Amino acid sequence: MLGPIIQNILNALQWGSFYSLIALGYCLVYGVLLLINFAHGDIFMVGAYIAFFVATFFLAAVGLPGWAVIVLCVPLTMALTALVGVTLERVAYRPLRRKGAHRLYVVITALMCGLILENGNLALLGASRRLFPTLVETHVYNIGGVAVTNLKIAVILVAILAFVFLETVVSRTKMGMAMRAISYDKFAIPLMGIAPDKVVVFTFVLGSSFAGLAGLMFAMSYPVLDPYMGALIGWKAFIAAVVGGIGSVRGAFAGGFLLGFVEIMVVAFFPSTYRDLIAFTILLVILTYKPTGLFGVARFQKI
Amino acid sequence: MKKILFALLASVLVFSSVAHAESIKIGFNIPLTGDIPDVGESSKNAAEMLLKQINDAGGIDVGGTKYTLEFVYEDNESKAESALSAARKLVTQDDVLGIIGPQSSKQAVPAGEAANDLETPMISPWSTNPDTTKDRPFVFRGCFLDPFQGPVVVNFASDEFGATKAAVLYDIASDYPKGLAEVFKEAWEKKHGAGSVVAFETFTTKDVDFSAQLTNIVNSDAEILFVPQYYNEVPLIVKQAQSLGWDKPIIGGDAWAGGDLMSLCGDDCKGYFFSTHYAAAGAQGATKEFIEDYKAIYDKTPDDVAALTWDSTNLMLEAIQATGGLTGDIDEDRIKVKDALGTIKDFKGITGNMTFTPEGDPIKCAVVVKINDAGEFSFYKQVCP
Repeated sequence: MLGPIIQNILNALQWGSFYSLIALGYCLVYGVLLLINFAHGDIFMVGAYIAFFVATFFLAAVGLPGWAVIVLCVPLTMALTALVGVTLERVAYRPLRRKGAHRLYVVITALMCGLILENGNLALLGASRRLFPTLVETHVYNIGGVAVTNLKIAVILVAILAFVFLETVVSRTKMGMAMRAISYDKFAIPLMGIAPDKVVVFTFVLGSSFAGLAGLMFAMSYPVLDPYMGALIGWKAFIAAVVGGIGSVRGAFAGGFLLGFVEIMVVAFFPSTYRDLIAFTILLVILTYKPTGLFGVARFQKI
Repeated sequence: MKKILFALLASVLVFSSVAHAESIKIGFNIPLTGDIPDVGESSKNAAEMLLKQINDAGGIDVGGTKYTLEFVYEDNESKAESALSAARKLVTQDDVLGIIGPQSSKQAVPAGEAANDLETPMISPWSTNPDTTKDRPFVFRGCFLDPFQGPVVVNFASDEFGATKAAVLYDIASDYPKGLAEVFKEAWEKKHGAGSVVAFETFTTKDVDFSAQLTNIVNSDAEILFVPQYYNEVPLIVKQAQSLGWDKPIIGGDAWAGGDLMSLCGDDCKGYFFSTHYAAAGAQGATKEFIEDYKAIYDKTPDDVAALTWDSTNLMLEAIQATGGLTGDIDEDRIKVKDALGTIKDFKGITGNMTFTPEGDPIKCAVVVKINDAGEFSFYKQVCP
């Protein structure tokens, strides 16, 4: 009986890692701009496709071995996905911000950007699905009836490292201090000699590059890619970020894993049709008792 | 450009006025765009090949008169409503004698309704849902039904692996997997006793993580896993099952073949079995000939959709010939063709011999295919009703 439970905990850690990585991106952008970047799930999808093209290029055209491809794939995917995120900010969000548009319009713009990314992909690359190449041979380790693969461990480690990194950036660096300062009072920031646009761009670079990393890890774990893969997981990660306490890095991390755990455990013990019903009922109950989320505080200063 | 168009138009007019009485029109209601364009392309390829073969040989002989063939392709965008309007257009505007298609049940069920109302014979080559032909005397099909396929898989798994306990993982929100999974469960428990399907796990369309379901399956004492899913979901399930330590056989249904399974699944699917309509690798006789001709023209192995379209179109032509002569009155001729279709016995198709039941469903054998080490779908066993 213990075996299956440990197995499901591992499954949940892996699945929760993706929610966490995506939720972290929502949380950073929201923390700085108070903007819910609904295009984030689709940036994650773009990240997976970028990883696909980078990986196939180095595998097929250059002929590098799998481990070397990963070493190159991680920074390249993160950089290119960050570029997509920053472009969105530049083209869609910044002009509205300059004109002092209400936050509602920016949120709607974000929704549109997501749809543009999805359908742009569909129009350019077609509806047929793509297989992400195998970069590392999957080894299955069987320890006392519990199966673990090297990939599973890697995914969980990446999520934890990403969290530690972002937490450090936000709480220990000058840039992090500027991010927190903007969310505290965006009018006082220019007076302190900080260029707000720089901080915003930095935030988008951070958020999008981790969405790219999540896309790469996701594509390695679930290697069939399609243009709508980011939509649903993006929505759910957003809910996870809210339950964790949106704006708080710790909250996003915890919220992502919480959702992953609830989903996997529900499926393990109930019919799968109950999954979203039970999972989101639990999250709703949490919000009812703690409307600011698990790690949120009822203040304007966040992140 | 205009001149060419004009010339084309003129030639169409001339030909239609001169050769109209000497030609027979067959309509194709197929998905040339939409979700499954590969299916439409396969259908059209097979049809074009047949058209050329027959017209080059001077057409077909019906009751002493030679007729050339004319095929009309109508795109149903793989949508139910477009399939319905395509069927109506083929019957009322194009005046076709019979319709081949649509391929998937989602389009074949509504299009069959229209064909039956308009009293035009229709053969769906690929639709396995019982509703397509039910209570519709004008509608036929070229393949077996899911209630037949389920027991085939059950018997195969029991005999081949000596399995008595089975697990099933299927999409509860999609009609084909759900129907086939239920048929399988019923047949398995009838054979091995109640409770012998030890895990009956579900997911919802577009899910990608099946680890919780597969953990339950791995930890049950199931000896085989049945996955009646489409080709794009199979790779994810197979890979995750293997990474959770599943090393027993996985068996699939005919949807494994309808698309590009091997380019998505790669080495992970090798060695597994599924039931289907025909096997390209290791085929003999007329089937082999068809595959070679098809490969020579289109440079790829024909899938089951192409083979079934070929058979269905030939069936339609045989029925037309069996009428013993056309009257020229299209409504009357359609009824004659329908009557002839119902009486065809032992038609020798490349996907097997066919005799229709009164419902319009063929009694035919299923093939169990093994994915061999070269990644080909090789013939393993034939199971007949």
